Amino acid sequence: MRTLRAGLALLIAFGAAGCGDDDTSAAVTGQVSVFAAASLTESFTTIGKQFEAAHPGTTVTFNFAGSSALATQINEGAPADVFASAAPKNMATVTDAGNASGAPVTFARNQLVIATGKGDPKTIAGLADLTKPGLKVALCAEAVPCGAAAKTALDAAGVKLTPVTLEQDVKAALSKVKLGEVDAALVYRTDAKAAAADVDAVEFPESAQAVNDYPIVVLKEAKNPAGAQAFVDYVGSADGEKVLTEAGFQAP
Amino acid sequence: MPLPLLLPAVLGLVFLILPVIGLLARVPWATLPHRLTSPEVLDALRLSVLTATAATVCCLVLGVPLAWLLARVTFPGRRIVRALITVPLVLPPVVGGIALLLALGRRGLVGQWLDETFGIALPFTTAGVVVAESFVALPFLVIAVEGALRGADVRYEEAAATLGAGRWTTFTHVTLPLVGPGIAAGAVLCWARALGEFGATITFAGNFPGVTQTMPLAVYQTMESGDLDGAVVLSLILLAVSVTVLAALRDRWLTAP
Repeated sequence: MRTLRAGLALLIAFGAAGCGDDDTSAAVTGQVSVFAAASLTESFTTIGKQFEAAHPGTTVTFNFAGSSALATQINEGAPADVFASAAPKNMATVTDAGNASGAPVTFARNQLVIATGKGDPKTIAGLADLTKPGLKVALCAEAVPCGAAAKTALDAAGVKLTPVTLEQDVKAALSKVKLGEVDAALVYRTDAKAAAADVDAVEFPESAQAVNDYPIVVLKEAKNPAGAQAFVDYVGSADGEKVLTEAGFQAP
Repeated sequence: MPLPLLLPAVLGLVFLILPVIGLLARVPWATLPHRLTSPEVLDALRLSVLTATAATVCCLVLGVPLAWLLARVTFPGRRIVRALITVPLVLPPVVGGIALLLALGRRGLVGQWLDETFGIALPFTTAGVVVAESFVALPFLVIAVEGALRGADVRYEEAAATLGAGRWTTFTHVTLPLVGPGIAAGAVLCWARALGEFGATITFAGNFPGVTQTMPLAVYQTMESGDLDGAVVLSLILLAVSVTVLAALRDRWLTAP
């Protein structure tokens, strides 16, 4: 173990000497495994490609799913270097279990919209319209951040809604709208934007009361801690922020 | 006893039993009674038993005649028909779910017509769960019953025919009693498969407690939300139900000729 640590230190020292200006990127190589909330699918895929280009010799692999599922997987020992959650609650599941290395950093914020079919065929203008008779609505399950946010928003609006299905992540809820199987779903603004070819996004005022903070952290069991830290830094850099803002995220 | 046979055999047995032991080792016995009687668990269990039974009935109604057709009638393209029937058997259930959506969903090939003409939309309904389970379980029944029919002695049927019985009478009075055990074995297999159905159900019928959230979906959702103990308890119930059904019917049916 001591030799390994010494070797690692040497490696970092070498890398730093070689590159000079940027300590964190210097020793970065190999594979970085990132577990990220489903709503980050598009933006993190782009950021991952940019990261690989900025750090030749690295490959970023993603596991996108509902934050609650990812937290469970990490706590059960899944091999991950970085965890990016769509809500602090699911991040806390991991940090409380002692599986994070250091404190999580909030890197983006997101809020809900109503995703409807193209052209809003059922003329949905706000949360109250979702209770129209015969209207089918998909929500995320409450354990998933988009489901928790939906509950907060619906409670704030005083709307009692019976969805037809509770999906395991936001992309699953969105796909039910895309397929036309439901008339509406509460999804993040970023997801509706990414699917703008197939769905319309209806903004509603109560979403301001259910804004999600997205925390990111390097995991304690990370096989590639240097790469993990570099990825986290990249997400928080101007380049990372640019991708996130373009996707519709708000800066923290 | 040759070692090259014994060793893999024992390994195979351990491989099959070990995960079940792993599950049993994590059962939270202290909170078990409390969890077992929670309304969510009972809801999911009731829905699972109901839909699996309904799916088995559907499979019997459609599958026994289909098996009879394959076993007793020679027609052009019979091999192709049999191959088509086995497709859902090898198809990943989640693919089956997508296929069902595209066929019977609100925008689907037939579903669109069903919705516009009769106002019937199967996704997100308990009937949708039965459809998904039947789709996945039907091939099991057809293959089991066809096997039984092929194994049955056709001379009994021929004798009935020479005595003046029509094909329908022969079927109901001779063939059915003859292959009864085979049908029952197929039905048990079919029921177990329907009870465990996950991929097609969650894809086609969605996930809502009391309506479409069967036990496997409840296990998945509980596990996903980080409640490992809850997921283990639900799994334990499914395990107990499956083992009980198989054990209860094995002596009566599965070992029958």
